[in-house]
Amino acid sequence: MSSITVRYFASLRERLGRSEDIVDAAGLVCVADVWKRVCAEPLPANSLVAINQEYASIDSLVRAGDEVAFFPPVTGG
Amino acid sequence: MTTRVQKEHFDPWQEMASFQAAHAQDWAGRYGATAVFVGSLRDFNQGQSVTGMNLEHYPGMTEGYLEKISAEACARWELLDTLVIHRYGPLSPGEPIVLVAVWSAHRDAAFAACRYLIDELKTRAPFWKQESRSDGVRWVEENKS
Repeated sequence: MSSITVRYFASLRERLGRSEDIVDAAGLVCVADVWKRVCAEPLPANSLVAINQEYASIDSLVRAGDEVAFFPPVTGG
Repeated sequence: MTTRVQKEHFDPWQEMASFQAAHAQDWAGRYGATAVFVGSLRDFNQGQSVTGMNLEHYPGMTEGYLEKISAEACARWELLDTLVIHRYGPLSPGEPIVLVAVWSAHRDAAFAACRYLIDELKTRAPFWKQESRSDGVRWVEENKS
């Protein structure tokens, strides 16, 4: 598997107009690189990120086969 | 330690009763304290009337974090058991959104663990509320309290 699955939720999903992208992992080192690949605009400042369904940071390293998610602050409860 | 994420309506008091009944033999005489938090959908927010809500979640990660948070509470306090139920999908005002219940020998642990569970759920479990109001549909931006 040489791709990374990128998922978006809530207002970020609406802003991008899609819920998922599958991108080639080649050249992607960290979460910030993944965002640059999928969107030309900067990631909104308060966004949260997850790798394989665990919270991560914008500097966290990514690998082929990972699921990377971007979403706004959570509002459950 | 039980966690459930579901689209269907639930009655928190019925859930409490059946959970306790299922553990009646194990728990007989062992708990002196039960602390419960039930969160329901208000029909107002920030001075606007709310006519409904849609709750989006991240399937898989949501369940993972509810379990993680429950395990943290069980590690931190002496608890007999915990029960967390959270809705997703469309909701109407008055409906319960979340149930957090904790059984313990003593009230301090029960209150503290119940508070911990709901507070951590609100900041870490990946749910997003989208309100329908008189002036349109909007995403709730952050959990203030």
